[in-house]
Amino acid sequence: MTSSRETIIEVRGVHTAFGDHVVHDELDLDVYRGEILGVVGGSGTGKSVLLRAIVGLLKPQKGEVRVFGTDVLSASDAEFTEISKRWGVMFQDGALFSSLNVQQNVEAPMRELLDVAADTRAKLAQLKLSMVGLPDKARRDFPSDLSGGMRKRAGLARALSLDPEIVFLDEPTAGLDPIGAAAFDQLIRRLADTLGLTVFLVTHDLDSLHAICDRIAVLAEKKVLVTGTMKEMLDVDHPWVREYFHGPRARAALETG
Amino acid sequence: MAEPQISIRGDGDMSTLVASGELTVVNMNRLEEMVADNVKGGFAAIDIGDVSKLDTAGAWLLTGLLQRSNNPEAGFENATDLQKSLLETVADNMPKPLPPQKRQEGFVNWLNMVGQGTSEAWSSMLEILSLLGEIIARIAGYALRPWRLRWTSLVHHMQAVGLNAIPIVLLMSFLIGVVLAFQGAVQLQQFGAEIFVVDLISISILRELGILLTAIIVAGRSGSAFTASIGSMKMREEIDAMRTLGLDPVSVLVVPRVLALVIMLPILGFLADMAGLIGGCLMVWINLGLSPTVFYGRLLDNTDAWQFLIGMIKAPFFAVLIALIGCHMGLRVKGNAESLGVMTSRSVVMGIFMVIIADALFSIFFALLGL
Repeated sequence: MTSSRETIIEVRGVHTAFGDHVVHDELDLDVYRGEILGVVGGSGTGKSVLLRAIVGLLKPQKGEVRVFGTDVLSASDAEFTEISKRWGVMFQDGALFSSLNVQQNVEAPMRELLDVAADTRAKLAQLKLSMVGLPDKARRDFPSDLSGGMRKRAGLARALSLDPEIVFLDEPTAGLDPIGAAAFDQLIRRLADTLGLTVFLVTHDLDSLHAICDRIAVLAEKKVLVTGTMKEMLDVDHPWVREYFHGPRARAALETG
Repeated sequence: MAEPQISIRGDGDMSTLVASGELTVVNMNRLEEMVADNVKGGFAAIDIGDVSKLDTAGAWLLTGLLQRSNNPEAGFENATDLQKSLLETVADNMPKPLPPQKRQEGFVNWLNMVGQGTSEAWSSMLEILSLLGEIIARIAGYALRPWRLRWTSLVHHMQAVGLNAIPIVLLMSFLIGVVLAFQGAVQLQQFGAEIFVVDLISISILRELGILLTAIIVAGRSGSAFTASIGSMKMREEIDAMRTLGLDPVSVLVVPRVLALVIMLPILGFLADMAGLIGGCLMVWINLGLSPTVFYGRLLDNTDAWQFLIGMIKAPFFAVLIALIGCHMGLRVKGNAESLGVMTSRSVVMGIFMVIIADALFSIFFALLGL
């Protein structure tokens, strides 16, 4: 990708540690507007930690995280609320509010952060739910009544509730069957294209990386080791990257795609 | 920032609806007002050439307008490719209303709720009884093979429900003794019967208050903890995991908790009795000038050992009630966080309620025995 594109997320020199355990050391990462960035790395390399640091759930010991040009770490409450209206986060298991039904979950961000008439809010929530492929009758179900795949879809609908510019997805296809996962990949790709979204995708799923990501960032050795397209990844000479992108599963993903 | 604008250009059937500016969810209220003000009749097309920003909310509004115009020929003009695909996606997903939910109202509904409540209470009582039966069966089994009891778990819970509760129980009981002595003295002084304060304190603390208040504190402290910990294990499928491993949740989780409370509540009750007497004794000394020696002598002369024993006899029964209800409510937690909260509060309320009922029944029982 060329450097002329607008940088929407800028991570500089982030250092995160839990006690003695250093997760990130001098980590840099850029995310450009309109791209789908896949973040990969072995278990425990801090992919989810990085996501949490960017969305302000976790404060790194050092470093700077700029989203839309504002430093998330030092933003005032008002600034942070403004930023959070412009992004949506989908957690691993949806993290739906268990006391609200599915439609109320999607309405919640609109109700809390914007001034939208109740009837319009309901219609927009229903539209989002339909767009992520949930059947109409699931609107009134509570999260505990849904299957894992449906919870993820509902979580995505909530993340899209405010029509954000950036969507953070934490392992969206983990735990889905291959058909469901492929459908979810296509859903993300299609929504990203139609809505002009920037997607920050944490994943382990090589099929997802291959099918929908414009660019891949590999987390290893406590920093972003390398970024580039799937093709470029194949030429990287690093033991873990080589193992990951040349393993049997990777080959299978490349052949089918 | 481009102001959103929706207006009609031209007249009659050939008019065009013109939208411009930012058609986004943030501007939704203003857009809807404009639609209500400006768009009265039909139109032949929607021109979105000047729309600077379009999101799903804006697309939903425009698609709704298009559908409402009742003109099958009408379409969008000057849309970019991205806007076109967004409008198409939205048009494909326009929400359809669901049939309204059937909702019973009035008397029938009320009757239904009462019936459901009663049948739930009945089945809950049966479940508690069956859990009690299971616990007794397990404990009988342990009596034959005591080495199979989970001693580590038992000791852990004894520390959690017993040892850690000692400070709060002592403080509470001490203060109750002080209050009783103070209030009793004020009343009895009017008759010159100050010395009876000692009887008042000793009988009420030993027979009733010491153990009852301890049980109430323990129900709030440990009953709720039992429900919360077992409930969260239930939520995370740990209990199912135990079953598949051939472990019995009742012997692993419930029995140690019940036993721990049965062992510790009498001890806590005893400590509460002592703290209450000391508090009372101290207040009587300060307030009435009756020395601890006098208090001690009067206590031995006028208060039967049965008063103390009656209090102690009740303790294990209260313990079983609290632990049983706490564990039962934990096992009834369903998959969501809300049910955990409901069950925890229900466990405390029901635990305290049952302790008080049991205390009343004991009072009748001992009165019939003439004690």
